[in-house]
Amino acid sequence: MRSENERTKAMTPQSVTYDPVIGLEVHAQLLTDAKIFCGCKAAYGGAPNAHTCPVCLGLPGALPVLNRRAVEFAMRMILAVGGTVRHEAIFARKNYFYPDLPKGYQISQYDQPLGDGGSVGIIDAGVEHRIGLIRIHLEEDAGKSFHPENAGDDATSLVDMNRCGVPLIEIVSRPDIHSPRQAGLYLTRLKQILEYLEICTGNMEEGALRCDANVSIRPTGTTAFGTRTEVKNMNSIRGVERALAYEIERQTRLVQSGGTVVQETMLWDEKAQSAHPMRSKEESSDYRYFPEPDLLPLRVPAEWIQTVRSSLPELPQTRAKRLATQYGIPAYDAAVLTDQKALADYFEATVKGFADAKKASNWIMTEVLRILKDRALDVRKFPVTPASLAELLGMIDQGTISATMAKEVFETMVASGRAATDIVVGSGLAQISGDDDLAPLIDAVLADNPGQIEKYKGGKTQLFGFFVGETMKRSKGRANPQRVNDEGRDRDLQQQHGPGARPRPSRRNCGRALVGDHSRIPGGVCARFD
Amino acid sequence: MAITPDDVAYTARLARLALTDEEIARLGRDLGRISAYVAQLTEAVAAGEAARPVLPLIADAEALRDDVVQPSLPVEQALSGAPDVKGPFFRVPKVIG
Repeated sequence: MRSENERTKAMTPQSVTYDPVIGLEVHAQLLTDAKIFCGCKAAYGGAPNAHTCPVCLGLPGALPVLNRRAVEFAMRMILAVGGTVRHEAIFARKNYFYPDLPKGYQISQYDQPLGDGGSVGIIDAGVEHRIGLIRIHLEEDAGKSFHPENAGDDATSLVDMNRCGVPLIEIVSRPDIHSPRQAGLYLTRLKQILEYLEICTGNMEEGALRCDANVSIRPTGTTAFGTRTEVKNMNSIRGVERALAYEIERQTRLVQSGGTVVQETMLWDEKAQSAHPMRSKEESSDYRYFPEPDLLPLRVPAEWIQTVRSSLPELPQTRAKRLATQYGIPAYDAAVLTDQKALADYFEATVKGFADAKKASNWIMTEVLRILKDRALDVRKFPVTPASLAELLGMIDQGTISATMAKEVFETMVASGRAATDIVVGSGLAQISGDDDLAPLIDAVLADNPGQIEKYKGGKTQLFGFFVGETMKRSKGRANPQRVNDEGRDRDLQQQHGPGARPRPSRRNCGRALVGDHSRIPGGVCARFD
Repeated sequence: MAITPDDVAYTARLARLALTDEEIARLGRDLGRISAYVAQLTEAVAAGEAARPVLPLIADAEALRDDVVQPSLPVEQALSGAPDVKGPFFRVPKVIG
């Protein structure tokens, strides 16, 4: 009896751990000029209802004609993720009632979508996972409704039909995602591919990229799927991750306390950081899908697919590998630089004018990215051109300006759009490197600090840094610190060993052995001096 | 295929129709007859008759629209057929987001 009790206890839901199973449906607005079935402008925004016509308003008798470029953009994505473009695709009507859908149906694709299969790679904690895709299909967007809080009237809703008929692709993943983090990585990767293909802005806040998630949980180690819920209304990648974490937690608690997950749609509330049920999920047959009688089946011959395939740009992962090999930069740098296509373009253009790729990469990853982030700027609108940056980097390399000074010059370049040389010459910021310019500065520092010199000679060799610092201060930071060091060491030798010990060549490369250590080197000359 | 009263009630709810029990029973009978009539098509297909249209109607790349923006309707005209408007918007009874 006791053992029976224990067994029952061991099998209570509380003691079972659960793993989440996630599949994402992502809608991406295609960057065509016109809408998918009419000639109205597809651009985001515009005065309300200014981009409408009988076709997208669903007026009687108006007939849709498919936009060729929308098909080609969809094909780009299908091919980029290794999917298959069907030779014959069928449009279907998806019927439902909503005021932002004036026809009473959405033209979409159902059992014969344009694209099947494919996958997207993500790297989670150093391990590559492939997220399989079920399908990629073409469809039209619906209009936009404004509800009481922003309509200023609680009995009515207002509708703007500008978005009606804007082309979308829907990318449906397999339930291959196993954590909110993986969902975030997958979305980031999709967004990056869409941007590289130049078919979508990828802007989630503006709704150009939208994500609905199907989530279920199952006991660790089992393979059968649990009942899933759909989570909607997330408007950032972080929002998707948070909403998923919330829903997984909710389902787990529910099941652990003996409850059952009900199939339903949950609306994520970003402000409240919680999700609430919207309506019981309708079965897909409720949409009464049937082939769109106003559009002929779309035939896609092999030559058309081949033309699109051969026009595909280099994709992020391929480009990262190439940058690492071609320019000899670390894989990490290559990944950061290829994160956005425009940033990778910026890097490659910079390297054209300044060959030290690692230095260019460092500068872009720190200075350029910092400013872009601080000012929420797009790299394509960055005021410093790659040629201009290359010139600045060249000036640092030649010792014309110090690295510290270069940062100031760079700030001025960002603010004014002026060229580096122009700023440096105009403001006298050029670095002081020549002996003739440095000597008087060092003489003055030594003359003003006789006491410190005595202490130094008495063995307090760490005072060397003090002299260098004083010299830098007097030059207002313009002195080349390496040259001050070298010059200082030369003086040092002279004072310790008398004038006879003073061959006075530049010692730019033998520096560090000398500080506090020179007396042990025969003749006070650096052993590596040549 | 037999149409049950539950099928009718469910379909009515999707179509936002309020039906009495009597209407549900009558519509169930009617729909059952329509369904049986349409089922003949399945038999025809099974008997080897053409399941596809006679003409190979199909659109290829040349039959599609160029991605060129054309003038839209003036806003007033776009709104002119609507039962209710507010400013530049269509106005509808409150919908829940």
